Amino acid sequence: MVWPVVYNPTQRQLSALKTLLFLVCLLPLARLGWGLWSDQLGANPIEFITRSLGTWTLNFLLITLTVSPLRKLTGWHWLLRLRRMLGLFAFFYVMLHLTTYLWLDQFFDWTAIVKDILKRPFITVGMSAFVLLVPLAATSNHAMIRRIGGRRWQQLHRSIYVIAIFAVVHYWWLVKKDVTLPALYAVLLALLLGMRALWREQERRQQLAHVSPLAKKRGKVIPIAARQ
Amino acid sequence: MLIRNPADLVPSEITPRGVFDNRREFLKAAAGTTLGLALQPMSDAFAAEKLAAATKSPFSTEEKPTAYKDVTGYNNFYEFGTDKSDPAEHAHTLRTRPWTISVEGLVKQAKTFAIDDLIKLVPLEERIYRMRCVEGWSMVIPWLGLPLATLLKQVEPLGAAKYVEFISAADPKTMPGVSSRVLDWPYIEGLRLDEAQHPLSILAVGLYGEVLPNQNGAPLRLVVPWKYGFKSGKSIVKIRLVEREPQTSWVKANAREYGFYSNVNPEVDHPRWSQATERRIGEFIKRKTLPFNGYADQVGKLYAGMDLKKYY
Ligand code: HEM
Repeated sequence: MVWPVVYNPTQRQLSALKTLLFLVCLLPLARLGWGLWSDQLGANPIEFITRSLGTWTLNFLLITLTVSPLRKLTGWHWLLRLRRMLGLFAFFYVMLHLTTYLWLDQFFDWTAIVKDILKRPFITVGMSAFVLLVPLAATSNHAMIRRIGGRRWQQLHRSIYVIAIFAVVHYWWLVKKDVTLPALYAVLLALLLGMRALWREQERRQQLAHVSPLAKKRGKVIPIAARQ
Repeated sequence: MLIRNPADLVPSEITPRGVFDNRREFLKAAAGTTLGLALQPMSDAFAAEKLAAATKSPFSTEEKPTAYKDVTGYNNFYEFGTDKSDPAEHAHTLRTRPWTISVEGLVKQAKTFAIDDLIKLVPLEERIYRMRCVEGWSMVIPWLGLPLATLLKQVEPLGAAKYVEFISAADPKTMPGVSSRVLDWPYIEGLRLDEAQHPLSILAVGLYGEVLPNQNGAPLRLVVPWKYGFKSGKSIVKIRLVEREPQTSWVKANAREYGFYSNVNPEVDHPRWSQATERRIGEFIKRKTLPFNGYADQVGKLYAGMDLKKYY
């Protein structure tokens, strides 16, 4: 399945693209800053900011998860080289989101915070998602990939699937009654994860089909190619 | 934002609405927008109809009222959508005249009131009340209205009447949210009869000296200041006196999270979030939530001997 448009940016173009993407990823934050300064965030600006940062964390998680299927559909392998930045932006926004919670919601009352994390399911899963994101952010540079080895790095980074599920559950559990938006995110996430499961299964079948009948008889173990 | 100690405010000092609107607009102007533009929207806002001067009430709080813009722009009124900016955006479709409220059920004399007659039944009172939403934010709102007890007296409740049920309008033509299934329509709320007859319970027909804006529950809504905001039904069309505890919309939606009583109580958390503190709209630091929203002295005895953790 290769996209009709064959597009391969040069190194220079890719750098420019990365810079542009970096700036675009900062727009949600810039919008919040502007809204705050010009008093356009409504009656409850703190709630608005907390929620907006949460929404953008989730958006960046899903965008990050879109990269690999998009690459597969378009054949644009260079897309992968944008993925780390997108993932790190998810981490950047969750840090801000967490900060608004610790500061503007709880005012650094640590006993109340610990109690809240243990007691309130939506905070518990949100916090779990955050804690799981930390090692991913910490191992996002080449040095770390080399140190822990590509294969283990990949295994570790597969926890993004769990993180994204936790994130949607977090959203689902915090809304008062109208779950339209969390349901929409759940559908998107199910699509993104479902595509992967489907492709994986297809790949497994293909591999099995290509094995020589002789090998099958001898009961050889067929390794499945490691996936990104 | 300037936060003053309520003790050193006298009612006459409470900032009038115009000044409130001005303040934010001026902040904007100061921040660089042109003054002319900043002041433009005010002329429209002042078009709202004034209500006859109301008498003051000893039940009013002396705290600083929340800005008019926030009181009328940040609302939960699911009949117009679930976002808190939806009511201000969509409620203009609501037609509040002609409007009647029928009071019926276990009463000696069932009656139907036209809204304009009800407004003239007794001189309106100003009641500046705290309003605490179950979601963890609060406001101070200068309502205009009449005691609910006054209306109930008109129909003479029978001895068998133990509860009062409040039924809101549910017109899919003028209320876009009613076509969604978020809640079971019409919106139904209820009180025990003694709660309904308590002098703090009012039917509001206005706020900030003006006719109630649609998004706040025009033309007539309940206000029960010691309970979470959702207990105060909006755009009421029917009031029924009944024997058994009414099945309210929120209890039907989720009985574990929203009880029939729903008295403001910092000790009893919502299963998914804490009720110990609240954010007063316009303030930065959260406040501690008070038992019965600060009205414990007046209403505490209604619940003497009741386990408030069980009857939440
Ligand atoms: C990957 C991690 C996370 C994601 C994707 C995420 C996402 C979200 C989303 C989408 C919302 C709702 C936005 C809306 O209503 O429009 C939200 C709200 C919220 N989140 Fe998170 N969140 C995460 C982690 C956390 C953590 C670690 C905490 C705190 C310990 C937290 C606390 C909150 C709070 C307090 C709210 C606001 C609830 C309210 O206003 O009622 N979140 N988050």
